[in-house]
Amino acid sequence: MALSHEHHQLDLSGVTFSYGNKMVLDGITFSTHCGERLALLGPNGAGKSTLIRILAGLLTHQGGEVSWRERGISEARREIAYLPQVDNHQRHFPIRVRDVVAMGRFPHLGHFKIFRKADREQVERAIATMHLEEIADRQIDQLSGGQQQRTYIARALAQEAHVILLDEPFNGLDIESRCHLSESLHDLSKTGHLIIASHHQLESVTEIFTHALILERKQIAYGEAAEVMNSQAVKHTLHSCHPENHDRAF
Amino acid sequence: MIEPFDLHIYQRALVASLIIGFVNGYTSGFVLLHRSPLKLTALSHSLLPGVAIATLLVGLGVLSAFFGAVTAAVSIGVLTVLLARTTKIGDETILAVLYTGAFAVGIMVLSRIGSNQDLDDWLLGNILGLSDLDLSMSFFVGIIAVTMLSLFRRSLILNLFDSEVAASLGIRTRLLDYCSFAILILVLVTTLQAVGCILAIGLIVTPAAIVRPHITSPNLLFPLSGIVGAAGSAVGLFLSYRYDQPAGASIAATLAGIFLISVAIRALFSRA
Repeated sequence: MALSHEHHQLDLSGVTFSYGNKMVLDGITFSTHCGERLALLGPNGAGKSTLIRILAGLLTHQGGEVSWRERGISEARREIAYLPQVDNHQRHFPIRVRDVVAMGRFPHLGHFKIFRKADREQVERAIATMHLEEIADRQIDQLSGGQQQRTYIARALAQEAHVILLDEPFNGLDIESRCHLSESLHDLSKTGHLIIASHHQLESVTEIFTHALILERKQIAYGEAAEVMNSQAVKHTLHSCHPENHDRAF
Repeated sequence: MIEPFDLHIYQRALVASLIIGFVNGYTSGFVLLHRSPLKLTALSHSLLPGVAIATLLVGLGVLSAFFGAVTAAVSIGVLTVLLARTTKIGDETILAVLYTGAFAVGIMVLSRIGSNQDLDDWLLGNILGLSDLDLSMSFFVGIIAVTMLSLFRRSLILNLFDSEVAASLGIRTRLLDYCSFAILILVLVTTLQAVGCILAIGLIVTPAAIVRPHITSPNLLFPLSGIVGAAGSAVGLFLSYRYDQPAGASIAATLAGIFLISVAIRALFSRA
């Protein structure tokens, strides 16, 4: 499929964020665009989730600028989908996969607009794209972690989002589900989506992502995934942070 | 079978039980999805001193009762948060201490301003003694509650399912929470007079619990719970006449009985 919005760009310039007196992000600066898959890497507390939450509009950065398509990020809520960790939702909630996917239509419908045929078709397309047809009427809590992750990606597709933010999407998935999710992320970037995910499994970064951003409060490195992961400076940083986990995971 | 409803007093009580049962049932959908029945128990008990003090100061009326109830609920809520932050005692323990304390103050204030019968009415309700004004207020509060919960159902469900995703999609989640709880307080205040503050919690929790085992989607939960609430309340009222029992207690017990039957039916069908 053609990359209809490949030129859509996300720019961060000198972004800072602190919780009280504790600086969590300091001077984060990079640009990325649709079609790329960006991994956010760093040890626990490095600011990965905070950066994702800023991009999702859940936190407001205190310094620097974040712009999407040369506009403030708050004006682009419809185009940015946020997928928290799969166990973030309330357990035992009586809801089917189809209903969860339909939630993606909220930015288009708001509180009051009627859910029309076009919305239903968009939801069914998203379900088909993520191969969820057979489980569309199942309760969300009956699904495996991988199936839940696919459901949430389908919700992002129903939202017609250009940017998909994922918080530790590979956490708790078995090998098969990891492979399926990795394939899905590749497919999404091929269809023009920008994927940004926090990640902690170093050995799979270059297979899954095109770019990598190494954080440890400050920005340690940013660039193409292979280049960043092979850089001596980054290896040194990763090694000094977690020598026993080097080349495995943060 | 319809003999009791030939009596004017029971006809009025039937209308009240249908209205209050439906409104509480509809609202119980929210309570179930919010998973907050214990907090709601605390809330319903902490309303009593607010209502009592407002009655003492400006006389009994739905508006004075509402503002008294809101003041009491907010005070207890804020005090719970403050004490939980400044002490090492868990917030549920603090809430339990504060709401029983507030409830006790409410009982003392009501004892001072009224007779024991009035106190019983506040604690256990008196659906047979509702005035035309009480019925009208229940009706209008019901219209407001059901309309608001229906209009905002899409965002409410999203917020209850995953509030972070809801916020990322542009929903003002905190405002939605405040408005939802204002509606809950409003419904509770109008329910107090019918079934009392102890039994009110059964009416605003049980109908959705009856419906929950049989549904897979939240969209049906609200209207079905409303219907179950209304039907259960009417049956409870009829049984109270038939067996000469207090109406509020009969309604709460009937709903609890239907809940057990509902769970048993679900278990039987699951095995089949």
